[in-house]
Amino acid sequence: MHIGSLTVWELTILVWIGSAIAGLLGSLTGLGGGVVLVPLLTLFFKVDIRYAIGASLVSVIATSSGAAAAYVKEGISNIRIGMFLEIATTLGAVLGAFLAAKVSTSAIAIVFGAVLLYSAYLSARTRVRLKSDEIPDPLATRLRLNGSFPTPEGIRHYFVRRVPAGFSLMFGAGALSGLLGIGSGAVKVLAMDQVMRIPFKVSTTTSNFMIGVTAAASAGIYLNRGYIDPGLSMPVMLGVLAGSLTGTRILVQAETKWLRLVFSVVILLLGAQMIYNGAAGKI
Amino acid sequence: MKTIRLPVWTDRRVEDLVGNLLRSGVLLAALVVFSGAVVYLARHGGEPADYRVFHGEPNQLRTISGVLREAFSFQGRAIIQLGLLFLIATPVARVALSIVGFAAERDRTYVGFATIVLAILLYSLFGSS
Repeated sequence: MHIGSLTVWELTILVWIGSAIAGLLGSLTGLGGGVVLVPLLTLFFKVDIRYAIGASLVSVIATSSGAAAAYVKEGISNIRIGMFLEIATTLGAVLGAFLAAKVSTSAIAIVFGAVLLYSAYLSARTRVRLKSDEIPDPLATRLRLNGSFPTPEGIRHYFVRRVPAGFSLMFGAGALSGLLGIGSGAVKVLAMDQVMRIPFKVSTTTSNFMIGVTAAASAGIYLNRGYIDPGLSMPVMLGVLAGSLTGTRILVQAETKWLRLVFSVVILLLGAQMIYNGAAGKI
Repeated sequence: MKTIRLPVWTDRRVEDLVGNLLRSGVLLAALVVFSGAVVYLARHGGEPADYRVFHGEPNQLRTISGVLREAFSFQGRAIIQLGLLFLIATPVARVALSIVGFAAERDRTYVGFATIVLAILLYSLFGSS
C-alpha cells in the first residue's frame, strides 16, 4: 500500500490512528502531542507541510481548550496573566502566520526540526526549581498580575517579576506557534516559570489556557489562505481529541517518567529527520 | 420591602463560565466535524487521496460566508469546515466572555487588554483575506 495510492477512507483511518496516538502520548507525558503531528503528516504521510500545519493548528485549539476547561475550574490558572500575555502571543502568532507565506517550506521544516531538538533537550534535563520571589515588582503589581492559588498546605501567594522579558518571550512563543502550527506550551511555561518566577503549576495551567487563543490567532489567517483542508483536518482533530481524552482517563503517575524519555527520543529523531528532509529539499 | 440580590462577580465565577464555554465549544465543533465526516466519507470515501501537492483550498472553503453557504447545501467538506470554524471561534468567544467578566468586575484595564486580544483575533478571522 503505497502512500500515493490511498483512498480517502484509508487515509482518514490511518491519520486518525496516528493522531490518536500522538494525542495519547501528549496527554500522558504532558509534553503536548502537537509537535509530533506535523512530522507525522509530512514524513510518513507525505502531506505538504502547509496542509499539515493547518491541521495541526486546528487540533492544538481542540486539545488545549478541552484541557483548559478542567484547569480553569480548579482556580489555579491566572486569567489576568494569561490575558495580558495573550496580547504578545496573538501578535506573535499573526506575525508567524504571515512569515509562513514568505518563508520556503524547506526553511519551515528546518526550523521545525530545530524546535523539536530543543524540545527534546528541554524535557530531558531536570528543571531548575527556582524559589518564588517574595518581593513585589512594581509593574506586575500595577497590572495586578500577582495572585494566589490553593495548595495542600493552604493558599499560597506569589509575585510576578520581569514582565517585559516575559512579554517578549511570549511574542516569540506566539510566532513559533503561528509559523509551525504548534502550541508552544513549552516556551510559554519556560517564560512564566523561569523568567517571570510564576509557580510551576500556575505556569502550566495558564499556558494551557493561552495556547488555544494563540492558535486561533493564526488559524484565521491560515483558513483564509486555504491551508486548512477539511478532509485532512477532520481525522487529525477527532483523533487527537480521542487520544488526549483517553490519556487523561488512564493517567498513571508511575509510568510517565519512562514514557517521557521515550517521547523525548522520538522527538529527537523526528527533529533530525525534519532537518535532513528540509535541507535535502524533500519537504 | 424586598431587596434583590445580584450575584457577585468574582474571578471564580468568570472562570467557571469560561470552562463551560470551552468544553461546550469543543464538543459542538467535534459533533459538527463528525457529521460532516459522515457525509464526506459516504460520498468520497473511495476516491484517491493525495495531499502531497499543495493546491490551496477552493474559495468557498476559505471564507466564512462560503463555508456557511456550502454547509447548508450539505457539502460534507463544508460541514467539516464549519465545525472547524466553531472550533476556532471557541477561544474567540472565550475572550469576549472575559471582556464581559472584567467589565462586571469594573476592571477597565483588563477590559482594554482583552479587547485588544479580541481585535487581533477578529482581524485574523475576517480581516486577513
